[in-house]
Amino acid sequence: MAYSNIRYTEKVKHFTQYFGLLALLLLVWEALSRLGVIQPIILPPPSQIALVFYDLLKNGSLLKHIGISVLRVLEGFGIAAVLGLTLGMGIGLSQNLARMSDLIIQVIKPIPPIAWIPLAILWFGIGEQSKVFIIFLGAFFPVIINTIDGIRQTDHKLVEVARILEVSKSRFILEVVIPGAFPSIMTGLRVGLMVAWMCVVAAELIAASGGVGYLIMDARQLSQSDVVLVGMITIGIIGKLMDSIISWIEKKVITWKPVFIGV
Amino acid sequence: MNNNNSVRPKLLIENLSKSYWVNNDELKALQDINLTILNGEFVAIVGSSGCGKSTLLKIIAGLENGYKGTVLLGNEKISGPGLDRGMVFQEHRLLPWLTVEKNITFGIKDKKSKVTATTVSEHLDLVGLSGFANAYPFQLSGGMAQRVSIARALVNQPELLLFDEPFGSLDALTKIQMQKEVLRIWEAEKTTMILVTHDIDEAIFLGDRVVVMSSRPGTIRKIIPIDLLRPRDRSSYEFTQIRKAIYHEFFTEAEEPFSYAI
Repeated sequence: MAYSNIRYTEKVKHFTQYFGLLALLLLVWEALSRLGVIQPIILPPPSQIALVFYDLLKNGSLLKHIGISVLRVLEGFGIAAVLGLTLGMGIGLSQNLARMSDLIIQVIKPIPPIAWIPLAILWFGIGEQSKVFIIFLGAFFPVIINTIDGIRQTDHKLVEVARILEVSKSRFILEVVIPGAFPSIMTGLRVGLMVAWMCVVAAELIAASGGVGYLIMDARQLSQSDVVLVGMITIGIIGKLMDSIISWIEKKVITWKPVFIGV
Repeated sequence: MNNNNSVRPKLLIENLSKSYWVNNDELKALQDINLTILNGEFVAIVGSSGCGKSTLLKIIAGLENGYKGTVLLGNEKISGPGLDRGMVFQEHRLLPWLTVEKNITFGIKDKKSKVTATTVSEHLDLVGLSGFANAYPFQLSGGMAQRVSIARALVNQPELLLFDEPFGSLDALTKIQMQKEVLRIWEAEKTTMILVTHDIDEAIFLGDRVVVMSSRPGTIRKIIPIDLLRPRDRSSYEFTQIRKAIYHEFFTEAEEPFSYAI
């Protein structure tokens, strides 16, 4: 009895900690709007945004935009994940490949995907391909760099064990290197997916006629700041959901170590 | 209990020297090491840290190359690692993502061989961990993890088992327990064993002979045969006399520390 009581209060505490600050922020925002401190044309109140959100959901247009954007992100991220993982493993395992590719990777990495838009249009036109390309560029580098790092951090002590036991090269890679790099690879995929989703607005600057990025740009031209905010919040929520899915997968796969939850 | 019935040398080390180069300066890790280890013998090597005892072990294991002199296992020169030698390190070095069972089969070259299932359970029994086949290393205590790493080293049935300060990070009670276990395994398996340690008691308790090394450069100062019956009583007169003699190899009379026993 006492035990379940404690668990119940713990749950309430965790729930409050998780949502409390956000709720407070929304309340203050709403209050300041009602008191006339914040002009609705500059920043519409949460209640108005909620209403627009509901309307866009009800007429189905928001879901349509989300569907278009998510598909683009999954395509771009999927290509980035496959290429980033394979190239990252190759580079991580081969000194020669690492020396040959390092300079190229380091120079291209800092170029923001948005700077690629003119070339993307020249190369792929204004259709789906150029948008997927921009998203791919955003997701590719976090994946490849974390994969290389993870492999490079293979524990030297385990390398010695594998040498002593004369473990074959393929088993060494499959049973020592890749599992050891796995946490780092998952981090790369998480960051990659996040950046891919962040790039959706940049990608949809290219002559789009649908997608959450398009929704924001379109509303901007019509000065509908409430719709802009609906688009922004939608991006935030979906990004959070995608991240949750990957971290859930990570927890399911990595069962072999306890997780640090903070001091 | 000397193995006088099998006096064939298992390992022959002649005029072994090994240097490292640090910023163009030669750092002599080992100098003129001569040591013959017999089949089935248990040799303990003691020395303070930096005396090159771990380097010596790594050369025998085949992890260090570029030495001068001769190191023969049976009749063959050691030039790399091999399944004829097993090694237990100071840390357990288990793969954290594999279960105890998989960690042990990691040491079996051909996984399709049908010995696997029985061999693994036999070795789990041997180290006293029968119920833990499916546990992950992070779920084991330090002593248990070290038992698994002993089982992993034994599963290939090596001719020579090398211990590199294997119980250095364990608490005193677990350490004594593990020393007894190693002795039991040695008596059951008749594997030739070399143990590197900085614990004088451990060396006397386990070894047929204790090799005392001195530092910079690492040389063999003395080889002391331990002619005491096993299991050895750490508080017996003979044991303490040998301990005292070995202490004198490390410390002069004036700075001799308090006699300590774990």
